Amino acid sequence: MSLALTIGVLTAGGVYLLLDRTFLRLVLGFVVLSHAVNLVLFAAGGADRRVEPLGSNLDPGAVSDALPQAFVLTAIVIAFSITVYMLVLAITGEESESEEETS
Amino acid sequence: MNDAVLPLLAGVPLGVAGLVAMAPRGARWVLPLTFATLIASLVVAVVLVAETRDGSSIGHGVAGWPAGISIPFVADVFSSLMLVVTGLLSLVCTWFAVVSGTGRIHLFAPFVLVLTAGVNGVLLTADLFNLFVFIEVMLLPSYGLLILAERRRGTDRSVRGSRLYVTFNLFVSTLFLAGVGLTYGIARTVNLGELAGAAQESDAVAAAVGVCLVALSMKAASFPAYGWLARAYPSTSPAVTALFSGLHTKVAIYAIYRIYAVVFDGDTRWLWIGLVAFSLTMVVGVLGAVGENTTRSILAFHMVSQIGYILLGVAIFTAAGLAAGIFYLLHHMIVKASLFLSAGAVEVRHGSARLDAVGAVARREPWLAAAFAMAALSLAGLPPFSGFVAKLTIILAAFDAGHAAVAATAIVVSLLTLLSMLKIWDAVFVSAPREDASAETAGGGVVTEQRVGMKLTAPGLVLALVTLGLGLGAEGLLSLTQVAAAGLLDTSGYVAAVLEGGVR
Repeated sequence: MSLALTIGVLTAGGVYLLLDRTFLRLVLGFVVLSHAVNLVLFAAGGADRRVEPLGSNLDPGAVSDALPQAFVLTAIVIAFSITVYMLVLAITGEESESEEETS
Repeated sequence: MNDAVLPLLAGVPLGVAGLVAMAPRGARWVLPLTFATLIASLVVAVVLVAETRDGSSIGHGVAGWPAGISIPFVADVFSSLMLVVTGLLSLVCTWFAVVSGTGRIHLFAPFVLVLTAGVNGVLLTADLFNLFVFIEVMLLPSYGLLILAERRRGTDRSVRGSRLYVTFNLFVSTLFLAGVGLTYGIARTVNLGELAGAAQESDAVAAAVGVCLVALSMKAASFPAYGWLARAYPSTSPAVTALFSGLHTKVAIYAIYRIYAVVFDGDTRWLWIGLVAFSLTMVVGVLGAVGENTTRSILAFHMVSQIGYILLGVAIFTAAGLAAGIFYLLHHMIVKASLFLSAGAVEVRHGSARLDAVGAVARREPWLAAAFAMAALSLAGLPPFSGFVAKLTIILAAFDAGHAAVAATAIVVSLLTLLSMLKIWDAVFVSAPREDASAETAGGGVVTEQRVGMKLTAPGLVLALVTLGLGLGAEGLLSLTQVAAAGLLDTSGYVAAVLEGGVR
């Protein structure tokens, strides 16, 4: 439940930031939104009914699922690289943006 | 053929890209190696078509892991045909990029190779999460190409196009990833073989995979999310626009066909959504082109309109509809790239894409005019070009499936397409440039009387001749697309290849 609520709050915040005209806020919006999606992937692994993989002789059906965690790891790497690129774009076009707004 | 070659289609270009990226600036071996890799990929794709033309599928689990655990790579005739055409386009567009100057930018060769690897991966993978990863592999070099290719026009223009493109694609990828997560949560797998038919049995799976399909149709620039394409594509160099037009949106369309056929098993309950959205795409795209005044933005809007036609095939979902849709997809990739290259050749030489700035090109450049005319008539759907066959078969399929209104829309839209092509033809190739406009361009330091030359004309001409060939010899390709359509209607062979590997 707490996971679902967190996803909801993050998505709402992300979408709010995406609707802003400032490019930097938009980038931040994507950071928040991609966290929400990463949590969706975690939840998809059955976080509510599985336990931590601690100790030995574990039942693979009862401890946490490794596959969605691998998904999340991949997704984080991709989202991070694009975020950095977008930050560069945010700095590069700064002067032209103010022109656009006045015209 | 050994099925182990499938992952290599994505792996080898990636490896070569790494090698080429480390080359010192101006190394002589970079371009030959790049072309050799692209040609090798094309040759393998042609062999794959020959192997799968009887309707069989070739599957391979990466690194020999047992099927179900391994990452599956599967080729059937549909994906092989797509591999051939995307391979051809990468090759021709790289050729054009090298002669037009875009190819000289730093890191151009590695970007194109990574792009090829990503496209091949998307076409071959049979796993939703890997589809996401390969789409990203395809997009990351595209971001680089988009901004680097047009730097000399000032950062302003390229940054604006890039911002839109990156933002839109990141949003769509995020949405797609959410869809993959939901699918895994409900169905406990993201393997297309294990998901086969799951959406028809469970509405929850249908909703989850539906999120992926919505994301893919946004990526394909279908209505209502089409505006980004018409704004972002013309903002880069002509070679890159042609390359993107042939690869990105079309790969998303391929994924829509594949996922709807395998996971939804062609479920008839949802087809009406496609019929409405894709008909609107056709109409909105062609009307959007009316208000544009540069060749490339007109062509970009037409691309939106044509994407509606292509996706109609999957919304009809009969054997005839799918075969027509796949034929249309292959035809469209070639023709659109040809048009962008011909228009790009004019733009590179005359320094402007504005309709009123360039004129009477036909008198000075008969070959370029011929290439453009062939491709434009093919796009509008006139015989004897491949566009005629594509439009005829899709309209007939729509009639047979009882969608008369959709078929009528398609006919009206194709008339408007012809009108728009005539507008470019008249302004750029026949009539003299308007005095004030050409003076304005000349003031920008560009010589307007320069000849385009055969070097720049040839790539577009080659593709235009391919569409003529496909129109005259349509029977051969049509029979291949019919096999591909049969493979989408009865997915058991594909699913078996995903789950068990080997030739099925």
